[in-house]
Amino acid sequence: MTLPLGVTFESFTDFGFWTSVGILAGTYTLFTLGLQLNVGFTGIVNFGQAGFMAIGAYTMGILVVKYDWSFWLALPAAVLVAIAFGLLIGLPSLRLRADYFAIATIAAAEIVRITAQNARELTGGNQGLFGFEGEWDNVSDSIENGLQSLGWSDPETLFPLFLVVWATVLIATALLHFATRSPWGRVLRAVREDEDAARALGKNTLVYKLQSLAISATLGALAGFFLALNLNFLNPEEFEPLFTFIGYAVLVLGGLANYWGVAFGAVIMWTILEGTRFVDLPLTAEREAAVRFMIVGLVLILLMAFRPQGVFGKKEEMVLGD
Amino acid sequence: MEARSVPSAARLPLRERLRELPAVQWARLHPESTAAGVLGLLVLALLVAYGVHEVAQTGLSGLTLGSVYALGAVGLTLVYGILKLVNFAHGEFLTFGAYMAFLVNVTWGAPLVLGIVFAIAATAVLGIAFERIMWGPMRARKAGLLQLLLMAIGLAFLIQNTVQFIWGTEIRSLDVNVTDTVEFLGLRIGRTDLLVIVVGFMTLLSIGVMLKYTLLGKRMRALSDNFDLAETAGVDTSRVVLYTWIFAGGLAGLAGVLAGAVTSVKPQMGFELLLPIFAAVILGGIGDAFGALAGGIVLGLMIEWSTLVIEPRWKVMVGFAVLILVLFVRPQGIFGKAKAI
Repeated sequence: MTLPLGVTFESFTDFGFWTSVGILAGTYTLFTLGLQLNVGFTGIVNFGQAGFMAIGAYTMGILVVKYDWSFWLALPAAVLVAIAFGLLIGLPSLRLRADYFAIATIAAAEIVRITAQNARELTGGNQGLFGFEGEWDNVSDSIENGLQSLGWSDPETLFPLFLVVWATVLIATALLHFATRSPWGRVLRAVREDEDAARALGKNTLVYKLQSLAISATLGALAGFFLALNLNFLNPEEFEPLFTFIGYAVLVLGGLANYWGVAFGAVIMWTILEGTRFVDLPLTAEREAAVRFMIVGLVLILLMAFRPQGVFGKKEEMVLGD
Repeated sequence: MEARSVPSAARLPLRERLRELPAVQWARLHPESTAAGVLGLLVLALLVAYGVHEVAQTGLSGLTLGSVYALGAVGLTLVYGILKLVNFAHGEFLTFGAYMAFLVNVTWGAPLVLGIVFAIAATAVLGIAFERIMWGPMRARKAGLLQLLLMAIGLAFLIQNTVQFIWGTEIRSLDVNVTDTVEFLGLRIGRTDLLVIVVGFMTLLSIGVMLKYTLLGKRMRALSDNFDLAETAGVDTSRVVLYTWIFAGGLAGLAGVLAGAVTSVKPQMGFELLLPIFAAVILGGIGDAFGALAGGIVLGLMIEWSTLVIEPRWKVMVGFAVLILVLFVRPQGIFGKAKAI
């Protein structure tokens, strides 16, 4: 008789495994930082983050592959398109109540995904979009050479991406952290706490909410770039609403109104999602996948029931009471 | 009026200037007639362009789809209206119902009718169970919107993946006849589709009558209008809440079986149906049960009619487009009152 449960411990000490978990966690930290700004600090429930991610990734991919743009030029262009999309969605729907806004944004994100699926000439549809990472590979190679000259004989091929992702996370988190302490950040919190009061003080609250959404769209697009570079191809499946919801699970794990908690939540989440692949359950792959998401669902329910502000969140900053 | 609009008319935002137009003002006062008029014009245009036969034939598919949406939408809108819960797990009720019917109809080999009855009962019980375990206690604690929203999403994950754990991701079908067709007036409809339309419309009609004329229906609508006032007026709210979940669950279960009968049964089916159902709910005015019935049928028709104009693979977009359009133009829906939105 053997034990039903076995863990292959080598994988947990395998550097390559942690590099790939780290890239995913970093990517979804950026993704969720946008949600944190929207939900935690502005009080708007954006359910369309996967859509911004898709817009960013696909605009970059299409410009490089189909229109022969330089990768480095396509990045800012894709960010601008994501921002424009955010404003287009936000302008009419931010006037709505929070729950309507949530539904409007998830529908907008689904429109993006289904377009990516069906506009095959442009996006490759379900076959995927390939061949945009050439210019990044050069940079990645020179970082790898740099690491070798530092005395690391055989660095992981994905390690340069890991470094760039987490450098971006660090910069974005620090910038957001300081921005929320600025007068601008205080207005955002005022909008969250009591929009009417903020308006009575002469603040155009719609503008602040749009700015919040635009920054979130930017972060979503950045996450989309890293997702694209990690996978080396784009597929509409990577942008299902599921990933927005994973973002929310990361958000509440780390805690609301806490930027540093986001990275914590993302690392925990992706260790659960990826690490459980190495736990030898006597199950088929699809059952294992089901168990992982049953756990995610259960964690969401239990956190919301017993610790709605999340692990590091502040209860007094948990708003959206009605 | 004159004094206000003359000097500044050019500088008013577009939204405000549009509102000043007599046609727009009339439309704002008569939303039902306007919606009917717009729909009528669309149908007329389709009739002229594609002929009666094509429009009627796709319309039949629209009624099949619309029945599923309407059945799903009534429960979702009642739960929202009465409990102020945007139930993102409602789609998973449909999935659960479909698999319950699969269990009885295919695994146990019993007739589909028994499967339908079992699915309705089991999904209603599921609705009550989560009310007792989760929603009731959370309401008592005065949980916020975000809390409930994320709990509902967690629940959706839990149900969908439990289903996937038990039955796998394999696409399955119910034991129904999908090849037999019935012909009338030169139109052709699958026997199963016809069954779905008949069962769907009969159920919707009885729900409509129940809501309009029975005491329970009136109480449900009263709670949906103003929960506290209804409670003060002596309505036993906890009983009505229980019946709301029985109806929401049961109807969603039925909708799931019907959807499974005309297409297929798979773990993601409910979530894929959820957004069009939301669109139906919002089209009819969120919280308005009659609006949801009408919204579901209209949306089903629009999605199927759209295949005359666009490639069928794009038809899912129609649901989202309607959803966004209604939210932008008239967020309270066609039948809804302009409350705080």
